[in-house]
Amino acid sequence: MTAIDPTAHLTAEQIEELGRELDAIRDDVLASRGEKDAAYIRKVISAQRKLELVSRGVLLFSIFPPAWVLGTAGLSVAKIMDNMEIGHNILHGQWDWMRDPKIHSTTWEWDHVSPSDQWKHSHNELHHKYTNVIGKDNDLGYGIMRVDEDQKWHPFHLGQPLWNFLNACFFEYGIAAYDLELGKNLHKRRRKNPEFRSRAKAVGRKIRKQVLKDYVIHPLLSGPSFLPTLAATFTANLVRNLWSHSVIMCGHFPEGVQVFERRSIKGETRGQWYLRQMMGSANISGSKAMHFMTGNLSHQIEHHLFPDLPSNRYAEVAVKVRALFEKYELEYVTGPLPKQVFSAWHKVVRLSLPNKKPKLKTPAREQEVLAA
Amino acid sequence: MTSTALRSRAWKLLEMVTTPLLPSDYLDLVSPLRAGADLRGRIEAVHPETGDAATIVIRPGRGWRGHTAGQYVRIGVDVDGVRLWRAYSLTSPTNRRDGRVTITVKAIPDGKVSNHLVRRVKPGTLIHLDQATGDFVLPRTKPAKVLYLTAGSGITPVMGMLRDTEFDDVVMVHCAPRPQDVIFRNDLHDLVADTKLRLTEVHTDTDGMLDIARLDELVPDWAERETWACGPAGLLDAAEKHWAEHGVPERLHTERFRPTVVVAGDGGEVTFSTTGRTVDADGATPLLDIGEAAGVLMPSGCRMGICFGCTTPLTAGAVRDLRTGEITEAEPGVLIQTCVSAAAGPCAIER
Repeated sequence: MTAIDPTAHLTAEQIEELGRELDAIRDDVLASRGEKDAAYIRKVISAQRKLELVSRGVLLFSIFPPAWVLGTAGLSVAKIMDNMEIGHNILHGQWDWMRDPKIHSTTWEWDHVSPSDQWKHSHNELHHKYTNVIGKDNDLGYGIMRVDEDQKWHPFHLGQPLWNFLNACFFEYGIAAYDLELGKNLHKRRRKNPEFRSRAKAVGRKIRKQVLKDYVIHPLLSGPSFLPTLAATFTANLVRNLWSHSVIMCGHFPEGVQVFERRSIKGETRGQWYLRQMMGSANISGSKAMHFMTGNLSHQIEHHLFPDLPSNRYAEVAVKVRALFEKYELEYVTGPLPKQVFSAWHKVVRLSLPNKKPKLKTPAREQEVLAA
Repeated sequence: MTSTALRSRAWKLLEMVTTPLLPSDYLDLVSPLRAGADLRGRIEAVHPETGDAATIVIRPGRGWRGHTAGQYVRIGVDVDGVRLWRAYSLTSPTNRRDGRVTITVKAIPDGKVSNHLVRRVKPGTLIHLDQATGDFVLPRTKPAKVLYLTAGSGITPVMGMLRDTEFDDVVMVHCAPRPQDVIFRNDLHDLVADTKLRLTEVHTDTDGMLDIARLDELVPDWAERETWACGPAGLLDAAEKHWAEHGVPERLHTERFRPTVVVAGDGGEVTFSTTGRTVDADGATPLLDIGEAAGVLMPSGCRMGICFGCTTPLTAGAVRDLRTGEITEAEPGVLIQTCVSAAAGPCAIER
């Protein structure tokens, strides 16, 4: 964390020009979106379904260790594909333009215990609009962790390495609780709120279906392979949870990522919003396979700038975005997965302890906004 | 337990196995045309008819319920990755042995779907289908004398009728710019050679537009004939007037192809079809704000176009994306983001 605003050298005009340049990148992709992109997502969906079918089929014989290993690996990958490259991106509306009612943000349901509509609200609406704004974006530590010096320390944070680990293992449940704003809603009399109750019921229904499928029906179908199949689905869910948690931690937690004061977004212009997304996100570098398995969230910066562009286009967009970072002398935070995961965990551990003096940065442009 | 109840139980169980997807999501991978699937068809061949028209041979899925001669079918085709729906007359007879159906499409200038079907679509392509519909059909009891009055692609439903049902006395008057523009010209002349049809071609490039009064000379007994007419609005308007003036309006059956002509403007009257409210909107204010100001309950989210929490069906007219300027026209199933869309002419949204 720096006490110096890394964007201080930019004038208001430059920030608006940056916004226009980013809009131009977006327009280029929109204009060339077409058949190839549609074929891409259909192919991914079809591959995911086939992989899941085959893996589940193999697990019927999971009493034999090689079948267990093969089926568990396949199912883990299938679940990761479902959540990352398919679910997350469809629910962002990235494929709504195809007008295919089956591949649409309003109809898609994913292999996850949080119902799509609740996740869309907390993720698409709150997190993506208020990226890294303390007090507005609950993704900053998911309400259970302190991930920036500017956040107030509380003795509860001493345990945050443990909370983070548990959250990683049961990530989908953590997300469901988070989407329900469970922490806030279980307090006081809020839990009786009918709106909360109906949302909690929806989560309950979804959990029941998911658990029944993974831990009852499929093991039962496996007959003598009941227990190995149970262990396999549990493992696949665990692998998927650990993987998605790691990827998502890399998006906003690594060192070098900025957080913002609630005041700083008052009267924010489009250019300033773009700049906040640029400074508030971090990428993961790596191979094509790595980008695919992260659901292209390895291009977190590009995703935050253009959350509704098809994920298969982020790689080409990244080249242009990175050039803008250089042009405007901004730091493009990126690195290989192990490095970024370590960096994020390091921060979680470090900030479990209080820091001496939280320094509040008040960027020059914020002064201007406040003065205006 | 009855077999239906048993089957529905088994299906429920299968749904538990595949949750959150449906069994059909997996079955579609291997058998998209099976019974019980969403109705689809596979394009098996494309036969050129004229320079800008082609007949598309479609094998419909098992759920296809057949059609009556003269009816049309709505098809959903992916053009440049976007699913677009259009209606086309069926040109195949109803008793085709191989179960295939055909539509005949004329490419219209700038027509996204028609040009795609005539010039680009490849055999093997899956398309989406609705069941056949339309009441431009032949009656159960055969009329003694029949007149078909058609122009341009208006011949397509009539060709379906001609191929389906033989009458003792059939006359056809068909208008097209030039001989080579006459769709199905060879088929028509074959029918003439077999004396199954008397045909008058009007070539409008040389003969001029058909004056409806000329019917007296072309088909002297036209008023005694049960007539099916299909073509441009001008021809049909003239025919309806002519038949009414001669006191035989009940003998005339017409079918109008209504291309939805949306004139995109700047702002316009917005109708909220569910609440029945109508307000004026300018071309710069998001429909979300327009609706909220009018007291309509509007779903909303980020209000900046990124969360897709405000998507709403656009049922009529056109809207403009305030970020890109792109125009979206109403079609069944089209959803718009109300927070970044403004009225581009009169429009209606489902709220």
